[in-house]
Amino acid sequence: MSTSIPKLQILTANRLADGAVVYFTAAGTWTTEIGRSVVAREEKAASALLARGQRDAGAAIVVAPYLIAAVEGGAGPRAASLREQIRAAGPSQPVADAVATAVGLAYP
Amino acid sequence: MYRYDELDRTFVAERVAQFRDQVRRRLSGDLTEDEFRPLRLMNGLYLQLHAYMLRVAIPYGTLSSRQLHMLAQIARRYDRGFGHFTTRQNIQFNWIKLQEAPDILADLAAVEMHALQTSGNCIRNVTADHWAGAAPDEIEDPRIWAEIIRQWSTLHPEFSFLPRKFKIAVAGAPTDRAAVKVHDIGLRMHRNEAGEAGFEVIVGGGLGRTPMIGKTIRDFLPKRHLLSYLEAILRVYNALGRRDNLFKSRIKILVHEIGAAEIARRVEEEWAEIRGGALELPIETIAGIAAQFAAPAFAPQPQSVLEIDALRFGEPGFARWLKANVAAHRERGYAIVTLSLKPEGAPPGDASAAQMDAVADLADAMSFGEIRVSHEQNLILPHVPRTALPALWRALAALNLATPNAGTITDIICCPGLDYCSLANARSIPVSQRLTRRFADLARVHDIGDLKIKMSGCINACGHHHVGHIGLLGVDKNGEEFYQITLGGSAESDASLGTILGPAVSSEAVVDAVETLVETYLAERRQGERFLDTYRRVGAAPFKERLYAAA
Repeated sequence: MSTSIPKLQILTANRLADGAVVYFTAAGTWTTEIGRSVVAREEKAASALLARGQRDAGAAIVVAPYLIAAVEGGAGPRAASLREQIRAAGPSQPVADAVATAVGLAYP
Repeated sequence: MYRYDELDRTFVAERVAQFRDQVRRRLSGDLTEDEFRPLRLMNGLYLQLHAYMLRVAIPYGTLSSRQLHMLAQIARRYDRGFGHFTTRQNIQFNWIKLQEAPDILADLAAVEMHALQTSGNCIRNVTADHWAGAAPDEIEDPRIWAEIIRQWSTLHPEFSFLPRKFKIAVAGAPTDRAAVKVHDIGLRMHRNEAGEAGFEVIVGGGLGRTPMIGKTIRDFLPKRHLLSYLEAILRVYNALGRRDNLFKSRIKILVHEIGAAEIARRVEEEWAEIRGGALELPIETIAGIAAQFAAPAFAPQPQSVLEIDALRFGEPGFARWLKANVAAHRERGYAIVTLSLKPEGAPPGDASAAQMDAVADLADAMSFGEIRVSHEQNLILPHVPRTALPALWRALAALNLATPNAGTITDIICCPGLDYCSLANARSIPVSQRLTRRFADLARVHDIGDLKIKMSGCINACGHHHVGHIGLLGVDKNGEEFYQITLGGSAESDASLGTILGPAVSSEAVVDAVETLVETYLAERRQGERFLDTYRRVGAAPFKERLYAAA
């Protein structure tokens, strides 16, 4: 008999006023740190989480809430997909690196 | 440069005020996201992967130094200190706060800019040859006509809810530098047998999911009829374009389904009803707009500059820059200079606020205060006296903007990809960074010559991969990034769509794969052949054999 691995999900959205990527916590608040997300371990909990996200969207706190697949790690949950990993951590090239090396160079 | 009249100023200011109120109502919860989304999109504000993204129009790719300073200020004050120049002569800011968006639009309006019609199913920002007003082969400045189209299409009530977005590009010269054959409508100016200037009208080009090269439906359209003819095309599209299927809603599908001849017939029929009417512009109106694009006060310049000759022999970097990034100008003693936004290891098309400010200052000092943005994601100083080239080169080198790679293998067109875009399936920027590092040896780059790599992170093809000599398309295979390779595309006068070479390659393998393709070209090429020429002569077989032999 095979045991199915539980599908872990967390709730994400963007904060309405500034667009920041946010995750829902066990305390019922939104955080920018994915590691602090509350994890839904079965579908019923996930649906409840999403319903809460939609309620906060209706209350003009966040925009576009949706569930994403997560994996658990030492520092709390992480995003499973590359897309969501990039969304959580930012672009894969350091933003201020290559482009902005010119910052501070004065035009003679 | 075109300056806003009272009408432009008033309506842009009204839109800013209107949007400020809409944002206020959204933040207070009076408007739902479903109600607000179309309103913010009408003002160029998207919700992207990381945050809100603001897409600002740079009409026909022309900026004044004052405008570029403002873009720098916006990047610094409201975003993370840089902006991304796109393939449609727009600039995108990636981390915009909704609550600050109205202030940004007000700042833009202060320098006669806006973000209108950079989204939605309307006529988008009209693009033009980035060498307008400077190219030696130009018949007429295409910006005159792009501006006329802008005025006609702005808030056009009949065309505000088209079946899908609609993109128009204008070239004022026989040489196509505006990719007119891959736009919904491409206009290419040329002369008829009587020597009059007019437009070849090309319809139904486009990339994306179903790439098509546009079809010419009229060889020669007298200039005065431009608006009535465009209106006729838009009417036919608006009536017949498919609204039932998002993937079949662009005019290219209509042209494909009913045929270019039938489109032409219907357009001519519609045109017969409206030609010579209100849309036929009085000569004085055209002259008034043309006067706004009058050439700057060019002064007599020496054609031969001793310092250039000395530097050319003493500094290989300068010699290469002169060859790749400096082009002949129509005015004796002047040059067109491309500022590469593709330095080794950098995200293509990105510019920092400091770079933007410095370029604006350089434009004031050396290019009559004018800057251009190309669909190839570079900046251009269009009117530089040749005497200023050595000083300009040194200044640009200090800004990391003098990489002598315009038109070469490292001048990559690249969409933001999965690093920024909600639609993307794979990253494109890191691949282009690895490619520019692999091909960092400029002697080798110049030996390879004219080779255009274009890369998109998804099928929507913002990175124009179908028309790259080498095209790369990022795909997601079970959560892994893979890259499909096409060869033989071109977006220029010899426009063609690339052909898929074989199975997609992994992210680890893609840079080696490109190098293998380049080595194959170098082995096969005959004297004077570009990559594209060799590919067209020998076909895909040698490339395929070399690339997939090991597999």
